[in-house]
Amino acid sequence: MMQLNQSGWKPEMGANDDGAAGTFTGNRALMLEEPLIFEIGGSETTGVDFTVRPELVEGLSSSSGSSDPEGQGFDKLNPNGILGNLLRTAPIGLPGLSEPETIRHYTRLSRQNYAIDLGLFPLGSCTMKHNPRLNEKVARMAGFGDVHPLQPRETVQGALAVIHELAHWLVTLTGMKAVAMSPKAGAHGELCGVLAIKAAIEAKGEDRPVILVPESAHGTNPATAAFAGFRVESIPATPEGRVDVEALKAKLGPDVAGVMITNPNTCGLFERELKTISDAVHAAGAYVYCDGANFNAIVGRVRPGDLGVDAMHINLHKTFSTPHGGGGPGSGPVVLSEALAPFAPLPFVEKRGDEFMLIEEETAGEHHASSFGRMAAFHGQMGMFTRALSYILSHGADGLRQVAEDAVLNANYILRSLEGVLDAPFAGSGPCMHEALFTDDGLAEGFSTLDIAKGLIDEGYHPMTVYFPLVVHGAMLVEPTETESKATLDQFIGALRSVANRARQGDPALKSAPHHAPRRRLDETLAARKPVLVWKDEGLAVAAE
Amino acid sequence: MTRYFTDEHEWIDVDGTTATVGITAYAQEQLGDIVFVEVPAAGASVSKGGEAAVVESVKAASDVYAPVTGTVTEGNAALGDDPSLVNSDPEGAGWFFKLTLADAGELDGLMDEAGYKAFVAGL
Amino acid sequence: MRYLPLTPADRQAMLATIGATSIDDLFADVPAEARLSGPIAGLPGHASEMAVERHFSALARKNMAASHHPFFLGAGAYKHHVPATVDHIIQRGEFLTAYTPYQPEIAQGTLQMLFEFQTQVARLFGCDVANASMYDGSTACYEAISMAGRVTKRKKAILSSGLHPHYVSVAKTMAHFTGDTLDTAIPALDGTDMARLLDTVDGETACVVVQYPDILGRVEDLAPLAAKCHEAGSLLVAVVTEPVALGHIKSPGEMGADIVVGEGQSLGVGLQFGGPYVGLFACKEKFVRQMPGRLCGQTVDASGKRGFVLTLSTREQHIRREKATSNICTNAGLCALAFSIHMTLLGEKGLRSMAELNHTGAVDAAQRLAQVPGVLLATPTFFNEFTLVLSKAARPIVRALAEKGVLGGVSLGRLYPGEATLENGLIVAVTEVVTPDDIETLATALEEVLA
Repeated sequence: MMQLNQSGWKPEMGANDDGAAGTFTGNRALMLEEPLIFEIGGSETTGVDFTVRPELVEGLSSSSGSSDPEGQGFDKLNPNGILGNLLRTAPIGLPGLSEPETIRHYTRLSRQNYAIDLGLFPLGSCTMKHNPRLNEKVARMAGFGDVHPLQPRETVQGALAVIHELAHWLVTLTGMKAVAMSPKAGAHGELCGVLAIKAAIEAKGEDRPVILVPESAHGTNPATAAFAGFRVESIPATPEGRVDVEALKAKLGPDVAGVMITNPNTCGLFERELKTISDAVHAAGAYVYCDGANFNAIVGRVRPGDLGVDAMHINLHKTFSTPHGGGGPGSGPVVLSEALAPFAPLPFVEKRGDEFMLIEEETAGEHHASSFGRMAAFHGQMGMFTRALSYILSHGADGLRQVAEDAVLNANYILRSLEGVLDAPFAGSGPCMHEALFTDDGLAEGFSTLDIAKGLIDEGYHPMTVYFPLVVHGAMLVEPTETESKATLDQFIGALRSVANRARQGDPALKSAPHHAPRRRLDETLAARKPVLVWKDEGLAVAAE
Repeated sequence: MTRYFTDEHEWIDVDGTTATVGITAYAQEQLGDIVFVEVPAAGASVSKGGEAAVVESVKAASDVYAPVTGTVTEGNAALGDDPSLVNSDPEGAGWFFKLTLADAGELDGLMDEAGYKAFVAGL
Repeated sequence: MRYLPLTPADRQAMLATIGATSIDDLFADVPAEARLSGPIAGLPGHASEMAVERHFSALARKNMAASHHPFFLGAGAYKHHVPATVDHIIQRGEFLTAYTPYQPEIAQGTLQMLFEFQTQVARLFGCDVANASMYDGSTACYEAISMAGRVTKRKKAILSSGLHPHYVSVAKTMAHFTGDTLDTAIPALDGTDMARLLDTVDGETACVVVQYPDILGRVEDLAPLAAKCHEAGSLLVAVVTEPVALGHIKSPGEMGADIVVGEGQSLGVGLQFGGPYVGLFACKEKFVRQMPGRLCGQTVDASGKRGFVLTLSTREQHIRREKATSNICTNAGLCALAFSIHMTLLGEKGLRSMAELNHTGAVDAAQRLAQVPGVLLATPTFFNEFTLVLSKAARPIVRALAEKGVLGGVSLGRLYPGEATLENGLIVAVTEVVTPDDIETLATALEEVLA
């Protein structure tokens, strides 16, 4: 078999030791249960009133009238004909709620979520930093939030200016040549970079089927390379948690198109030899893709362009504070080197004189004929561009540099405050960057990373990233970010030390944590063995049988 | 009937030219609760070391390699309805597929039970 | 700096705990030649909230906002009235600032919402199951093509000429790199290419992709095409860029589509100059293991209470890596929430009323505009969007209308530059936000600029 279970992640349920007396409602004070909309809504209930037009009030359908009065090709006497005789007859099965019920439904649901607004959210490599509310306000200005992507360019000069301005700062901050703004998320940006590499290789008339990916890489890296038609070959890590440069060099050859490297890497370490790697990769005729997920650790202090990177995506939410929103939407602009810039996808914004132009398929041929094409409809995640630019302008040059410094300071503070109670495999190799990595080594028999994570939930924290990266067993990756105060970190360190000690001592109560969350451990095995992905009315299902 | 083991954690019971293949108790324990198994259909050709089946737990997915070359005669249909058989009886009712051996000589490099035990103990 | 809580004293104390003398010690692994010594070139220092807001206000004022003008643009993005409740709820910090629900015990809000969303989408599209959303309609479309390839183990997709040209472009980009073959065509104003699709589908075809309503606004029965696809062992992929339509016309699933994808922007999500939007993805249950993207599923917790988790994760990149069904690593969570809230507020009754209002408004507008000299209606069937043929190239007309303060539609010249047969075409969308006065304003302005 290929890999049995590299990360060691095995969900466990724990015992049901919920001894507290039940309530009639199932609620526990402020912890409120909420049914599904399908259980409380009705097909005749609606929370939206429409202005009924006068002629409809009088009972005269506006569709009534003489048949095809002007010979215009449709028959108003046969409204279903205008609909191609496809008028809906079957019910859809969509429940509605009145406005107060709607507000209460979603407000109750929201309170079952942990969020950065509630407390520290130390998900390593995911970077949960504070989301400034100015960004939300700016994104909602009518001139940005309420413009259509296909309006004539003369009517959207301000919107194009925002894209251009953000693009300028992304290029400047990374020391690169150009940026593709349209990718819709980090993984989409990865695809953009890998396709640019593939296009560049095709342009040279070469056939290079292999992409090298370090084993500590995020799963999107190999998935992206494979989607683009490359064969993925893995590069091992050194004992100190960095790419094995000699192993990498040994794999370079005429079949290698590129290397995907994360820097700082997912062990929280800076790849010291990235420039050496880049030089070797370039000498072999290949390109360097850098996963920029962790750019927040070096923004304002290091420019990836100076390290020989050819393409790097920037997750705007990680470095530039756009909201995660419970899992998206993201935005993943890709900065490109001089070698790859000609292959950048369409569209992009260009300034000619005082006017901002949108370069699309129509005019690309004039001076951008090598573009590998379009990756998505329209022009990218405008709502994220406004937020990210607001963040950049708010911080300025001094603030951005401070962001990287405080993020790294906070992570090292956590690393050194916890290495006594948790195994920190790479702590000996020096300071970490923006995140600190620990393993499950030293826990009592039968206790796992999962138990520590669930114990942290009871302490009022979202757990760190668990079981990633795969290069260590039972990984715990802690990233505090720069927007946490020392007092917050001190309390978190106290909590994690306490939970870690319980796991080392084998406290059985930890096996069934969390005890105080809206739900106890959930049965993921059941969910996967018998998938229930949509709500089904049990009564109806029985009746139908 | 003779049982052999591979260093990829498959077992194979051989009876003349027919054989039954599954994954070991150690492998299922490492994977955790099995939630999905995809077995090859009768008639499929598999080659030694090539991908023959897929086994998935909640948080891990693995390809199962064919321990020997041959033609599949039956996939274990029971695993479609109840993949947990791989956990409860990995080396019995949780078998993956049966095949007709193409070359009995390929069995030579495989381990016996004692050899596999020692191999696992060394992991 | 207002977003950074550490004080200089904190920093000193923390450095002492770490055993470092300065911040530079922590960057020791960065080679000296890679360290930036000075500030970022040209970037000023940090700025007050007021200053930043002013900067953006000035830029925002340079754009013509849809709400401030008679507005008729569609072609894949629609202006609908979004109830105030939607924006209020999506700005609750517990939704706005939560991460992907990796720890289900403290993410039931997001997970239950996704389960409700998946059910709403599946029902609207007439499918068994739906995922937790994709980036947008165009990327959902290529993911569907890619999925059909996995299901059928075939490499050819036939794209209807009525598919949004940006979606076609995206599919072409991807096909170039994945080695799939795409059979495409440019739309014609005198009819759809249903006959071409029926004729071309064969035993090599992984899927036929058809937009409903199509780029010009036309609606057509998909059932015969579905039957033909299934006869050939191919899948029918339907693309819906205006989901409100399905409140008034049959769903693609009802007509036999195997995979139905779409753009969900129309409900709950504003125009936002093209993004972020929300990709909808639904299919028949038997294909679920080949689906891309996140899926939320129902289960129970240790005390037997119903709860929700992300499930079937082994399809995804973080476990399957290079063998994943897609490299996608996110969904459009907050936009999916906005879609779902709007749909809950509407309910079946509201959605149907809204859809009917859209259609009757469009019928009125088509009738009025067709009375303008030099204007012909090219689409005999439509829902809330139709195509006019003008007596002149439509692209300059759209600009001239904008100068008169009317955002009058999307010209086919913009969507299909260089296609002479289409250059006089103008796509006009009419939703519930369009008033009779707006229609009259457009008709008058159009008459003037065509004269």
